[in-house]
Parts: sequence; structure tokens; C-alpha cells
Amino acid sequence: MCNNPPMQVIEVHNLVKRYDDVVAVDGIDISIEAGEIFALLGPNGAGKSTTVEILEGHRSATTGTVSVLGFDPSTRHRSFRERIGIVLQETAVEGSLTVVEAINVYGRMYPNQRPTRELIEIVGLEEKSDARIKTLSGGQRRRLELALGIVGDPDLIFMDEPTTGFDPSARRQAWTIVQNLTSLGKTVLLTTHYMDEAQVLADRVAVIAEGRIVAEGTPESLGGREDAASVISFHPEEASLDGLPADKIQVGENGRVTLESKTPTRTVHDVTGWAVARGIELSDLTVARPSLEDVYLQLTAGDGDE
Amino acid sequence: MEMSDRPSSLRLLSDQTSYQNKIFFRTPVAAFFTLIFPLFIFMVFSLIFGNEYIPELGVSLAQYFGPAMAVFAAVSATYTNIASVTAYQRDEGILKRVRGAPLPAAIYHGGKIVSGILVAAIAVVVMMAVGAAFYDIQIYADTLPAAIVTFFVGVGCFASLGLLVAGLVNSGEASTAVTNATLLPLAFISGVFIPPSDDAPAWLDTVASIFPLKHFVVPFTDAFNPTFVGSPWQWDHLAYMAVWGVVSLVVGIRFFKWETKAGGGRKAKRKSEKASTAI
Repeated sequence: MCNNPPMQVIEVHNLVKRYDDVVAVDGIDISIEAGEIFALLGPNGAGKSTTVEILEGHRSATTGTVSVLGFDPSTRHRSFRERIGIVLQETAVEGSLTVVEAINVYGRMYPNQRPTRELIEIVGLEEKSDARIKTLSGGQRRRLELALGIVGDPDLIFMDEPTTGFDPSARRQAWTIVQNLTSLGKTVLLTTHYMDEAQVLADRVAVIAEGRIVAEGTPESLGGREDAASVISFHPEEASLDGLPADKIQVGENGRVTLESKTPTRTVHDVTGWAVARGIELSDLTVARPSLEDVYLQLTAGDGDE
Repeated sequence: MEMSDRPSSLRLLSDQTSYQNKIFFRTPVAAFFTLIFPLFIFMVFSLIFGNEYIPELGVSLAQYFGPAMAVFAAVSATYTNIASVTAYQRDEGILKRVRGAPLPAAIYHGGKIVSGILVAAIAVVVMMAVGAAFYDIQIYADTLPAAIVTFFVGVGCFASLGLLVAGLVNSGEASTAVTNATLLPLAFISGVFIPPSDDAPAWLDTVASIFPLKHFVVPFTDAFNPTFVGSPWQWDHLAYMAVWGVVSLVVGIRFFKWETKAGGGRKAKRKSEKASTAI
């Protein structure tokens, strides 16, 4: 870690964005330190993209204070834009340009342009470097988008669903690229629909629902995950659960039994003891803590529908 | 942070110009309609009507239509192309990317305008060269400077108008519709496709005089007309185009949109598809 006290790269207080009657963002606070990967999760329409676009300088806030790299992004100062990188949700580049041409024309706008060849290697597009962009596959276009997001060697990178449409191995490569960025001291603000992506990449996660942050924390602790009860479930050979030493038993339609416990070791011991004593087998016995996805779905239940 | 490495405006302008040139020359439809189509019309006219002397014009048919179609090509290269390319780029989300990059908006627009003017210059030179080589079009040294200045004022005006249309319409399709619906009728009444005639009702000429196209065609064709009396420097027409150009530029930049209403055409389309399948 560096010796300086951590600098807040993004500082947002009580941010509100209203469109006519619709409140898209309803008073959120975000604070992100240099070198962090921060993931913003939430259903479509929850205010995620609006928030990011305000931080990028594409939109202005209705009320609230926003500071990004010490700038008010809504002024869209050139020095501000020189220090941020944006990975758009849609790869928007002229299809008639080649990969090299596109990276060059955007890279040359920045004072700290990264070498085009190096970027092409990082995103693994060496074989396509002279191909017209319109001939690239969806995954290749996303990788070009990633290259364009870091072409100016930015201090802060916004990534809007960066790996949507990637195959599993390309996603892992992209994750490595993102992780390497933070090893260089870069800060990343990520939005994603993939919980595994947030789990792997993010130092901290915030969940937005209906324009508000409903939970924030590390991927491990989000929504009280650390302290949450474990879920034990199994499929008993016979229907009768007489004498099962546990409460909060639920039986699903298919006969699957689930029960929650804050002391899973003891409960599993009790349950298996009960089964052995009765001479029945518990097929597919599992013990699990709620996954990030479980917590996310719980937090965002009823918001958005997509 | 040290900003001494910030690229110079001139370098950025030249980058943007060559970027826009590449897009133009790699879009066969745009290149065809700007460079080939006006030439084709000119050749068909000459084929049908012959290259006769027209007493009302004081020159041969080609000597009038060559410069007139050159103006049409120059207007297509600037007005039509800038409006459609810009609107389509906005649909694709490309303008949004540009806006997030450290490129001053003026340089972005400037690159597009310079590129449009370069393409227009190529179109005019090709048209006049073909006319001179095969249709006996005469080019006069004493009026050539006025023709060149008229060209620059004209394309500057129509490039600004292209930017204005791009800012006012909501989609690439709409921009194509607007440019065609304005340019083609005006071309008919402004002396591009039909030479000015005393038989036409006076009000039609009045309508044509309101819009800038006629003020481009008149001084440019006059510069290639040896029987034209008066100075080739027709400042009234040039000033009229300049006013149109400056007003369009100011209004166009004021109302310029970098994103579609839904934040990107394709994305918006997909979202509405998703929504309808969800129901």
C-alpha cells in the first residue's frame, strides 16, 4: 500500500436526478478510494446507468454534490476527460475503420496515450489488428471497447457491463486485465449483471434499487451475508419428518426439505443423526450460505423486472 | 498532472479530418451519390439534349450544366453527407464516445466540415475536368478566383447547414429524409437541374431566392459564362450565403445533440424489444 492517506477518487453526496416527474436517482452517497474496484449492481432502470453517466459527465445532477478526481464532472473539463476512461455498454466505433485505426484516432486525443500495439496485445486482438471493425465478432468488439477504455492511460475507468457477451475464457482474460489495472493504482467503477464478476473483481459492491443504495459492502459481507443463516437442504427417502430435530423446516413441492441454521455444524449433526437412527438416506444433502446472487435478488425484489 | 504532452489542436484537426475522409471513402453509397451521381446526371443531360448553344443562357448546355452540377455535388458532399453521417453516428453511439473523450467539440465538428469541403473540392474538380476534357467546357482564368471563393463560401454555408440538420433530427433516417426533401426541390427551382427561365412564375424565383442554393448556383455558373456582364465577384450572393452559414453554425452548435433520446438507437431498440417480449 502507498504511504499517502487514501485519496477519494469519487465522492458523491445525496445525488438526485429527476427527469420531469420521474426520479431516476433518489439521494445516493458513494465514496471510492484510489485503487479500488467498486461494483454497482442493480436491475435495469434502477438508476445505475444514470449514476454512472453523471459521474462520467454525460449528464448533470439535479441536486447533490459530485466530485470525481477533484473535478465537477458536469463541467466536462478537458483535463478531467484526459484522466478518465469509459468502456461503453455498446461498442460504438465506425465499422469501416480497422482496429489499429480506431485505437490510434482515439488514443491520439490523450496526453498519455498508451502504445497501440501494447493495447492490442493486452486485449488479444493481434490477429485482427488490421481487420475492419464491422468484421469483428461481438466478443472481439467488446475487447476493442476495453482497449479504447484504457487507451489514454486513465486514472479512473468506468466500465458499463464490460463482459456482457464474452465467452467464459474471454471473461477470465478481461478480469485479469481489470485486476492488472488496479495493480497499477487505477480505480475502476464497474456496473455488471454478473454476480460472479462482482465477486471476483470488486473490493466493494453497492446495490441500487429504485434509485437508492439498498446495501453496500464487500462481496463477502453484502446484505449481512457473513452473518446470514446457512441453508441446509436434502431430499429424504420417505415423506415423514417426524422427530426431525430442527425448526423452520420447509418442504418444497418436490419433497425437498430446506431449513435454516446459524449453527450449521450442530444442525447437520442433528439431522444426519436423525436420519441414521431411522435408517433413511438423505440424497443431495447440501449446506450453503446465501450466495451473492441470493442476497442481490432479495435486495432488489420487486424493483425492475428484467 | 503535466499536460505539456497534450496534442495540439492542429494535429487533432488533421486526425479528425483524415478520420472523416476514411469513413466517407469507405462508404460506397456516400461516395457514389456525391462523386459519381452528379457526373452521371450531367452526362445523361448532355446525351439527351446535346451540347447545343442556348441563346437564353448565352452559352452551350454543358458550359451551364457542368458548373451547376458541380455545385450540386459540392452541396451533397457537405450538406447531405455531414447531416447523415453525423445523425447515423449518433444512432450508433459514436458521438457519445467522442463526447467522453478529451476532444474539443469544435475540433470534432471542424474535422467533419474540413473533410466535407475536401470531398466537395474533389467532386467539383472531377466534374469540371471531365467537362473540360469531353464536353468542351471553358474555364476562364480571370473569373476562376471568384469561382473558387464562391465555392468556399458556398460549401462553408452548406456544411454548417448539414450540422444544423444533424442537430435537429432524431435519427439517421430522418436526416436523409430531411436533406433530400430540402435539397431536391430547391435544386429544381434554383437552376441546378433546369436552367433559370423567364417562363417560370416570378414567385417561384422569389422562393428560391430565400434559400442559399440559388445564391451558390448563380455566381458559380456566371463565373463560367463568357457573356456574363458585370463583376464575377457577386458580393450580394456571397454575403447572403455567409449569413445563412453563420446563423446555421451558431444555431446548429447550440442545439447539437450527442445522444439519441434513449441514449443510443440500437440499445433503445433492443430495450423496447425486450420489453415487448417480456409482456
